[in-house]
Amino acid sequence: MVLWDAAEKKVIASVWAKVDIEADGFQALLRTLHVYPWTKRYFSHFGAMSTLKDIESNPKVRAHGRKVMAAVGDAISHMDNIKGHLSQLSQLHSDKLHVDPANFELLGNNIVIVLAVKLGNDAFTPEVQATFQKLVAVISSALTREYH
Amino acid sequence: MVHWDATEKQTITSFWGKVDLAADGEHSLQRLLYVYPWCRRYFHKFGDLSTISAIRKNSHVRAHGHKVLSALGDCVPHLGDIKGHLAQLSKLHCETLHVDPANFCLLGQIITIVLASRFGAAFTPEVQACFEKLVGVTAAGLSSQYH
Repeated sequence: MVLWDAAEKKVIASVWAKVDIEADGFQALLRTLHVYPWTKRYFSHFGAMSTLKDIESNPKVRAHGRKVMAAVGDAISHMDNIKGHLSQLSQLHSDKLHVDPANFELLGNNIVIVLAVKLGNDAFTPEVQATFQKLVAVISSALTREYH
Repeated sequence: MVHWDATEKQTITSFWGKVDLAADGEHSLQRLLYVYPWCRRYFHKFGDLSTISAIRKNSHVRAHGHKVLSALGDCVPHLGDIKGHLAQLSKLHCETLHVDPANFCLLGQIITIVLASRFGAAFTPEVQACFEKLVGVTAAGLSSQYH
């Protein structure tokens, strides 16, 4: 069971309150698709994504980025049992979507980068960074848990 | 051999001109030591690194962060042969410093995050992709002489 101390919970709550689920989710997904182009394979039904301009103007990328970020927000509401909360989503990613779980870390890294861009050096302190890297690692681990 | 197109070379060169080697180097090493605490094992001679306050005040961290980021900057004029350029440094990290090469990727990731937080929206997806390629190639170059 993952333990979160009071300082970590406070950091997550206060940073998450500033997150724009749609804009930040879109940025995280578009950076993942651009920087790690093999991830586009999972979204061939999204249409044109061969250049960064295509990805930026693709409404399905925007909608899906929002969906993914909203799911991260839901995991935050269940911080004391992220593993249990994400068990169905983990099964889905394994059994239906066939996503290589290494990609969860890549998207997690991009969520951290988007927060760094948004908050800047002063607000995105080492403590905030460490807390969010822990959060995305816990989410990645939970999403991988039901793989077989 | 790693290929860099004209846009990538231009992006890296112009962006690198704005990096503050001392401040960004210090922040990168601080964050590495805080977020990945096992890295402190390599720096026992730096003294107290037990808390984020201690790390922030530690003058060796500041000096060494500057040194490491300068070394990354030295790779920029050698984009065509980073592996060759880093051969000696790779041997040093393997034979004398005994650094687990997995940590090169962690430091690369941290440097990316520090630059993202400093440059904000100017750290576009294109800039991010170029930098992740640079730190990836540098990590591979530093690992190349390991045996």
